[in-house]
Amino acid sequence: MQTHLADFIKDTPAGREADAILRSCVHCGFCNATCPTFQLLGDELDGPRGRIYLIKEMLEGQPVTARTQLHLDRCLTCRACESTCPSGVNYHRLYEIGRAVMEQRVPRSLAARATRLLLREALPRRWMFKPAVRLGQLLRPLLPGVLADKVPRPAGARIGGGPQPAAHPRRMVALAGCVQPTLAPNTNAATARVLDRLGIELVEVAGAACCGALRYHLDAREQALDDMRRVIDAWWPELESGRVEGFVMTASGCGGHVREYAALLKHDPAYADKAARIAAMTRDASEVLAAEQPRLLELLRAARAGVGERVAFHSPCTLQHAQKIRGVVEALLTAAGYPLSPVADAHLCCGSAGTYSLTQPVLARQLRDHKLAALHAGSPDLLATANVGCQMHLQSGSTLPVRHWIELIDERLRAAS
Amino acid sequence: MSMPTTAERPFTVDRSLLIRRLREVLPAQALLFEEEDLRPYDCDGLTAFRQLPLLVALPEDEVQVQAILRICHELRAPVVARGAATGLSGGATPHPDGVLVALAKLKKIIRVDPVSRTAVVQPGVRNLAVSEAAAPYGLYYAPDPSSQIACTIGGNVAENSGGVHCLKYGLTVHNVLRVRGLSIEGEIVEFGNAALDAPGYDLLALINGSEGLLALITEVTVKLTPKPELAQVVVASFADVRRAGDAVASIIAAGIIPAGLEMMDRRAILAVEPYANAGYDMDAEALLLCESDGTPEEVAEEIGRMTTVLEKSGAAGIRVSQNEAERLRFWAGRKAAFPAVGRLTPDYLCMDGTIPRKHLADMLEAIATLSGKYALRCANVFHAGDGNLHPLIMYDANQPGELERATAFGAEILELSIHFGGTITGEHGVGIEKIDLMAEQFTLAEIGAFHRLKAAFDEHGLLNPGKGVPTLARCREYTLARVGGEQNPTNPMNAPRR
Repeated sequence: MQTHLADFIKDTPAGREADAILRSCVHCGFCNATCPTFQLLGDELDGPRGRIYLIKEMLEGQPVTARTQLHLDRCLTCRACESTCPSGVNYHRLYEIGRAVMEQRVPRSLAARATRLLLREALPRRWMFKPAVRLGQLLRPLLPGVLADKVPRPAGARIGGGPQPAAHPRRMVALAGCVQPTLAPNTNAATARVLDRLGIELVEVAGAACCGALRYHLDAREQALDDMRRVIDAWWPELESGRVEGFVMTASGCGGHVREYAALLKHDPAYADKAARIAAMTRDASEVLAAEQPRLLELLRAARAGVGERVAFHSPCTLQHAQKIRGVVEALLTAAGYPLSPVADAHLCCGSAGTYSLTQPVLARQLRDHKLAALHAGSPDLLATANVGCQMHLQSGSTLPVRHWIELIDERLRAAS
Repeated sequence: MSMPTTAERPFTVDRSLLIRRLREVLPAQALLFEEEDLRPYDCDGLTAFRQLPLLVALPEDEVQVQAILRICHELRAPVVARGAATGLSGGATPHPDGVLVALAKLKKIIRVDPVSRTAVVQPGVRNLAVSEAAAPYGLYYAPDPSSQIACTIGGNVAENSGGVHCLKYGLTVHNVLRVRGLSIEGEIVEFGNAALDAPGYDLLALINGSEGLLALITEVTVKLTPKPELAQVVVASFADVRRAGDAVASIIAAGIIPAGLEMMDRRAILAVEPYANAGYDMDAEALLLCESDGTPEEVAEEIGRMTTVLEKSGAAGIRVSQNEAERLRFWAGRKAAFPAVGRLTPDYLCMDGTIPRKHLADMLEAIATLSGKYALRCANVFHAGDGNLHPLIMYDANQPGELERATAFGAEILELSIHFGGTITGEHGVGIEKIDLMAEQFTLAEIGAFHRLKAAFDEHGLLNPGKGVPTLARCREYTLARVGGEQNPTNPMNAPRR
């Protein structure tokens, strides 16, 4: 694609990167076919090809207004377009560069600024988020329907506590996460139990909480980079001790982001190397289990738990598109005796997308309802996913339980013990 | 021949009046008129031609399309229809004085009838979505353009799209039973019916490939084909392109009609493999993909015959897909070839000439010569079985003069196609890209007949003006310019006709 980037950006690192990405796009339009918002809205401006064009215009110095902002805000950054793109366009990087320029150029309303401030200050802080959720749960009967939907239902009881250091020579570190300990405390606990059975000790390290994705996607880049540095600082002694095999991610949203640490901190001389090493040692829980498959299968055989419930699995975008992990969880669930029900359009986002369900409630709800219809179509007994955001979002519209898949593996193994 | 032609007619459109009138019939978000919103609509898959439309309309149903057309007809405003805008000939390039009617919101699959093996769909339904909807009945929609993930049925009909399987199963025109549309006056027109033939002239064949010049398509009844029990594809690699080209002719000459017979040259293979991981032979100068489908017995027999012919033709390596996943992987590379070339170059022009199969190798050699002449790389992807060429001419629009060289390169390929006894388009349409070459393909009398046909549907020339059929004045200009071109000694056109 022809480009004439404007003087304000063309000779900056971001400008050069954006120019290279823009020039890799040949405007074939394949991306629109798998873009959730283009599917809903049918407007070129609400598909990746149109957004790339809007960003190009902005970077070429054309006037930019709330119109461009509207269409860029509607992007879920699900990256389904990147999975589809045969030209290898690095859409999400271009989008990040474009958003940063847009935030400087197009002011937001006071209300929008307040909402975004609240989200990025409250969600990553457990001391603020946890009481807020509890209060919302108490008040749910009094809330109007739309708002009540947004309040997560009380999490299932945490079984057997958090990751408990056990005496294993092998050791991995789990990220505590920001909202997950409040909303889905059993996820890390279940992971710790499963890894324990596999002879791996799983620990959480104090100080490593929010991975930074939340603030990053709310355009608070500096704050987000600080979140990332905090995680790195907390984990670094573990890494240096040489005792840790890897960093285990139980929320694919966080996993996708931690894997980007290397790219995001590459211009920070103090952190670039550390970020790269941590990113390289980061694994989704499914990858960890897949690597231990022989032992896991042995344990599952020993468990003799019979046929499990019928499961419809929703693969989060951060798992299948950002981390390109496809079919791994499905294979683990099948091996554990859970029949999988077929799910149409499995590549489409459920609408959760970080804070998208809060900033774009109308589209998020439509996407959720489409996703639930596809998940329910095969008459499953329960739904499973791999990211706390998707889990809560889907749960808000389904009467079936929505679980993290690791909980299901955990239950199979516990059936034996 | 003195009849005025469409593009010569001046359009004096009162923009604010048009906006006011359209706002009365469309929801606010369905009408775009600020430049910021219009810019991403300034081209389709042919990025070399860009033009801001006057307005963009995003109707949600046939009633809204009808209202738009009535207003445009009354105010004499041009109308350009657009589906997924994946077209490569600029059929959906906007008109500066016109309304671009984007039909992506009309994407309902109205019904799938497994008994009559038909589906009724709106124009904005994606090609692949038809096959997905038909899959539970063991059926699919046979024409499969490489852009089938994204391109829409309305656009397929407008361009009479083909695909890798059209050698055996036909183009769009052979797989459509009925097309419902709206005339520029906003009247409902129907082409064809539920039966295979209809009384009177075959206007269904006319609307297929009419490039938005005759009517706006609002509903299509397509034929569905039973999925073959089995399909297998042979991937044969060749150490030189001439052997590969000759192998294509040999397969057809042996009486085999493959379900697909495709060819890629070295540059195309190198572009595709990193994306598709199809397992192609990276050392080959050319690859042939040759598919057989039917019952397991038929396929086994045919694959055997294909393999024999390919071996005799000098194939350096032969692989047969061993399961459906492998077959799809082999095809995935071919289907993604165009955009994958985007990994090698910022821009490309995709040509669409069609020639008799026996000249494939001659054409490849001529293209290699032209590539040197214009100092531009060219990757070749052919629907070899039906002689349809897709040379992808690589250029960099940021470099002054490259687009002009690419355009001249492309024009020479198409002139050569005619020279070899072929045509300038196999399935992408003429659009804006090949409009001048229509004068090479047709006489002035024939072009005049096209204009009279157009006028029978669209007296004021409002539907997609400037596309498909050149004005007679443009034809004369082209012919005059060509006389100079024939003095050029490097022009392969000067060789005697074969």
